[in-house]
Amino acid sequence: MAGEMKLGAYICKGCGLGERLDCAELAKVAQKEGKAQVVREHDFLCHADGLAMIGNDITAGVNQIAIAACSRRAKAEAFTFDGVCVTRANLREGVIWVHPDTDDARETTQEAAADYVRMACAEAKAMRAPAGNPNRGGSKRILVVGGGISGLTAAREVAAAGYEVLLVEKSDELGGIARHLYRRVPAKEPFTEPQETGLAELVNSVCSNPHITTLINSTIAQTSGAPGRFTVEIASTGGNNRSETVGAIIQASGFTPYNANALTEFSYGRTLDVIDQLGLEKLVAAADGAPITRPSDGKPVKRVVFVQCAGQRSADDGRLPYCSGYCCNTSIKQAMYFKDADPAIDTTIIYSDLRTPGNGEDFYRSAQRKDITFTKGKVSTVTPTAAALKVDFKDLILDQDADIEADLVVLATGQVPNSGIDIETSDEAQAAAADKSILNLTYRQGKDLPQLRYGFTDSHFICFPYETRRTGIYACGPVRRPMDMAQAMDDATGAALKAIQAVENAAAGRAAHPRAGDLSFPQYRREGCTQCKRCTVECPFGAIDEDEKRYPVFNESRCRRCGTCMGACPVRVISFENYSVDTVGAQIKAVDIPDEFSEKPRVLILACENDAYPALDMAGMNNQHYSAFARIIPVRCLGSVNTIWITDALNSGYDAVALMGCKHGIDYQCHFVKGSELATYRASKVDDTLKQMNLEPERVQLFEVAITDALRTPKLIDGLVAKVIEIGMSPLKF
Amino acid sequence: MSDRRMAVGNYRNDFLKEVEANVEDGEWVKMCMQCGVCAGSCPLGPYWEHPPQEIFMMIRAGLRDDVLSSESMWMCTSCYNCIVRCPRELPITHIMHGLANYAHRLGLAPKMNPTRRFAKLFWNNIAAGGRANELKLSLGLYFMDGFATGIKKSLQMLPIGLGMLKTRRLNPFGLLAGGNCKDRKGIQAMLKKAKELEDKRKGFA
Amino acid sequence: MTKQYSFYPGCSSETKASAVNYMTSVNAMCKTLGIALNEIPDWNCCGASIGYAEGGELPRHAMNARNIALSEKHNPGQDIVATCAACWLGAKETQRCLQHSRRLLDDTKTALSEAGLGKDYKGEVPIRHMVEVLIEDIGYEALAKPVVKPLTDIKIAGYVGCQTNRPFGVAGESFENPKYLDKLVETVGGEPAKKYDQKVTCCGGALAFSEPEKSQAQIRKIVESAYDHGAEMIVTPCPVCQMNVEIYQDQINARYGTKFHMPVTYYSQLMTVAYGGTAKQAGLDGNIIRAEKLEKIAAKPAK
Repeated sequence: MAGEMKLGAYICKGCGLGERLDCAELAKVAQKEGKAQVVREHDFLCHADGLAMIGNDITAGVNQIAIAACSRRAKAEAFTFDGVCVTRANLREGVIWVHPDTDDARETTQEAAADYVRMACAEAKAMRAPAGNPNRGGSKRILVVGGGISGLTAAREVAAAGYEVLLVEKSDELGGIARHLYRRVPAKEPFTEPQETGLAELVNSVCSNPHITTLINSTIAQTSGAPGRFTVEIASTGGNNRSETVGAIIQASGFTPYNANALTEFSYGRTLDVIDQLGLEKLVAAADGAPITRPSDGKPVKRVVFVQCAGQRSADDGRLPYCSGYCCNTSIKQAMYFKDADPAIDTTIIYSDLRTPGNGEDFYRSAQRKDITFTKGKVSTVTPTAAALKVDFKDLILDQDADIEADLVVLATGQVPNSGIDIETSDEAQAAAADKSILNLTYRQGKDLPQLRYGFTDSHFICFPYETRRTGIYACGPVRRPMDMAQAMDDATGAALKAIQAVENAAAGRAAHPRAGDLSFPQYRREGCTQCKRCTVECPFGAIDEDEKRYPVFNESRCRRCGTCMGACPVRVISFENYSVDTVGAQIKAVDIPDEFSEKPRVLILACENDAYPALDMAGMNNQHYSAFARIIPVRCLGSVNTIWITDALNSGYDAVALMGCKHGIDYQCHFVKGSELATYRASKVDDTLKQMNLEPERVQLFEVAITDALRTPKLIDGLVAKVIEIGMSPLKF
Repeated sequence: MSDRRMAVGNYRNDFLKEVEANVEDGEWVKMCMQCGVCAGSCPLGPYWEHPPQEIFMMIRAGLRDDVLSSESMWMCTSCYNCIVRCPRELPITHIMHGLANYAHRLGLAPKMNPTRRFAKLFWNNIAAGGRANELKLSLGLYFMDGFATGIKKSLQMLPIGLGMLKTRRLNPFGLLAGGNCKDRKGIQAMLKKAKELEDKRKGFA
Repeated sequence: MTKQYSFYPGCSSETKASAVNYMTSVNAMCKTLGIALNEIPDWNCCGASIGYAEGGELPRHAMNARNIALSEKHNPGQDIVATCAACWLGAKETQRCLQHSRRLLDDTKTALSEAGLGKDYKGEVPIRHMVEVLIEDIGYEALAKPVVKPLTDIKIAGYVGCQTNRPFGVAGESFENPKYLDKLVETVGGEPAKKYDQKVTCCGGALAFSEPEKSQAQIRKIVESAYDHGAEMIVTPCPVCQMNVEIYQDQINARYGTKFHMPVTYYSQLMTVAYGGTAKQAGLDGNIIRAEKLEKIAAKPAK
């Protein structure tokens, strides 16, 4: 944007603002203190008439706009103007709706409004309109890693949407685990009978699709680049190595069945008549309609017991701590193999909590109708006797020890994800596991996708399930969490659509989720950088590599624009055009600080724009009031909060500072996964600074809030203001 | 639960099959999913030795004697709370009635259970004349355990009886008359036939 | 215009039986509302909730089927109406079971032929509770019209109990919180105790005889909650509920040290009084715990 900056400030009088506030006074503030060249009041700013007024001013040269009206979350589309920076003073949700309409409150309410007008003007002046990431890649082809149900489905869906697919499968055949299944759990009405897997049709549809290139016997030897421009080295067992360019990657590397050899208490491995679920599928497929016989002696099976949660949901070493989710439905299906062939065969499923996701409840009922016996119990041992197997268990309903005889015992063991290397382990451990890597990323932070726990890839469980912590790489199927075939197919479809969004955004130089469409990207002042590597280490998304001189290389398309690097930088050289240490710093400085004896403290709230800020807006919508001494600044993520904002605020006379962000930890809600966790860590380091400044540590607080905390957030603010009044005003006002 | 003395079941389907064949709505037993909502919904739940959910499991476990000699089913007040709340829509009230009746017919039901004895008294009362005779019924109940106890119980209930008499809600001459349909004979023949058919179906004959 | 119904009064409604006052008030109420009750000739007992133990399945169905057959034979085309919850439930249950089982139907007909009714059972006639007739066939609005003495200043707890509510219930009402009694109370100008939380609690039914301690623990909750919600009176649609909740209050007082003295009335008694009936027409002389407030209203001249 060439030429001079020209700021226009617009004060809306609609929605009760005109009645509650002295808008003429606010206009004066915008003009005198905000230094806006154009200042206008309007009765109904978001009306076509008001928008046309702003449009005319833009045509006449206004290129920075401060809108003093409602929250930035309201009317966002109406108040977006191409190529022009817009800031919002939140006078509605942030001022008149959260302060009482009384004579007593009039003065402090007006002061809050005036401060927000000052802040919006100051922020606008510190902003530049972003032009988009220049390092974009144009490849829209999508790589699918893994040719099981998830991978095949993803490939089919991507191709159906008109994009090219490169499908890479490690083994010599497509189909994965599903190849071994005799039937699948029903996926269609009335959900009562096992059904054909449909694998042959799926494989056919993939192999015959001209948009899909399939490579079997192949693995990923190296992945480098960024969305829109990944370079992938593919190694083939035939020695036919090749290099391909793709725009996004779907990792559908699936699972490995838990190794039942560890289950010695169930005599697995000791007798052929104790098998796992996959073993039974093979047995039934081999029988091909004939009576199912015992592996040990070929006698027909007359009594079969299914042991649920075998080696699962256990805290014991070497066992799976989680529920694999698919195994109850699978045992029901397998019991039906027997019952449908011969109703006289006794089939007993011993479970502790029968979990039948999807339409499994109908399937469960169908099994009960077929006289399959369900016994709530916990199996302790399976012992081979002369003629049969003895299954000892505790009946959990009758609260008694019991046993049952069986010809065949089927163990419902779980899924172990094929996630590659755990990049959180030591360098030595990672090196030792190098051949396990799935993607072999050249990223500074490690070769594979970060994991959350139990080896499953990390993804934002609530909001963005397919998103991993590597932009442009999407995990789907049991590598993401334990699941059955129907869920894996849904999952694959979701990941396919996400991958398509990623290549489109990358080509346009825009951010992927959650700031989809954001044209800003991180930039840094190289001459100021001390090569401390904090940004490259702390980026939750592994976006930043290092060049040979250890300067950061941002890989803009891999960046989610959370600003965690900006918050991390001790020398404050990282910024976005429209979000920087200065844009927030200018707002902090713009607030009018009354003197120590005014009895009007000022409390700064840095609120996460994803959860805390909407919660505060909703407080307003719900008529919840909070102190008019608070000044709230939305931030992209608490991870972007640079501690300089806190110390600057305290130095310039604020009485307290609070960070409001998302829950962190294993069940985090942070949109940027690690942002709130890093902020907590950084805030804990502020104490020393406070001591140097001779300030009480209570003046800086961090609150974990959720988007639903509309009633709680006002209490937190009032509590902090009360604390300030208790410990006294800051001595640093002047 | 702590002092239960149950034989260990064989976890075979034979008793379940027997229940399915001979007990009213017995074919529903296998559909229970052991959620326990019935147990939590029963007004006399705390007094049940085995709540319905447990009875169903005992049937599946083959604990025939424990089920049929249990006092549990006799606690049913026929409030139908379990039926309307059962997520699997099992007719639990009917199954409990059916089990009680089956146990009673087999002679396995607890001999001294008061509800069993009252129920027998009641049925005989209505089967005789077609309609209930409330005085005979009450006195029959009080004198169930002999003359002396009967007098004692009658005295306990005397204020209530007098209240009912005073408000003309009890017939002082009920011992002599009342509770009779015109076609007593037809009703008796009908009930005899019905019992005969049922006995044949359920293997009592 | 008089509406014709085939009426199944049930044992407790007989002269000098426990719910005779229910019958008295129902007659008065029906007269006002133009409901003609044509008694099923020679009806018999439904087997009640306790009949299963000795009676079993088929004899019980035979008893109920006999009533249905007699109604279909002598009062053709008329809905069967019962005032007693157990009678209604028993008849309805039999009708359902015979609809669903050919075998039961055949066996029942064989038994019925012993009573000369083998060919008379069709099982097609709707079986209704009196409350259904009131709220469905007449409607709250029309029920309010004959009110000449609104029951102002009486707070009444609507105790619905079990068997008019479960398993069939009244259409449009929930099992957990049926509201029709509250609406009826409002219709006759009374104030319902809307938050009365024991309105569907079981009174113990037949077990009031055989397991008195357990039943009385239930009844205690039912009465106590009515007091807790400010009610001066309980109203119920079921003769067993009425009897159990009313007559054991003294024994409960002795057992628990409570001071219960809560009148328990039938909806038909409220309506009869509101429609200008005398205390005698409303069967108020049949209440052991006198509903004095109702008696006062009944004694006043209509405005």
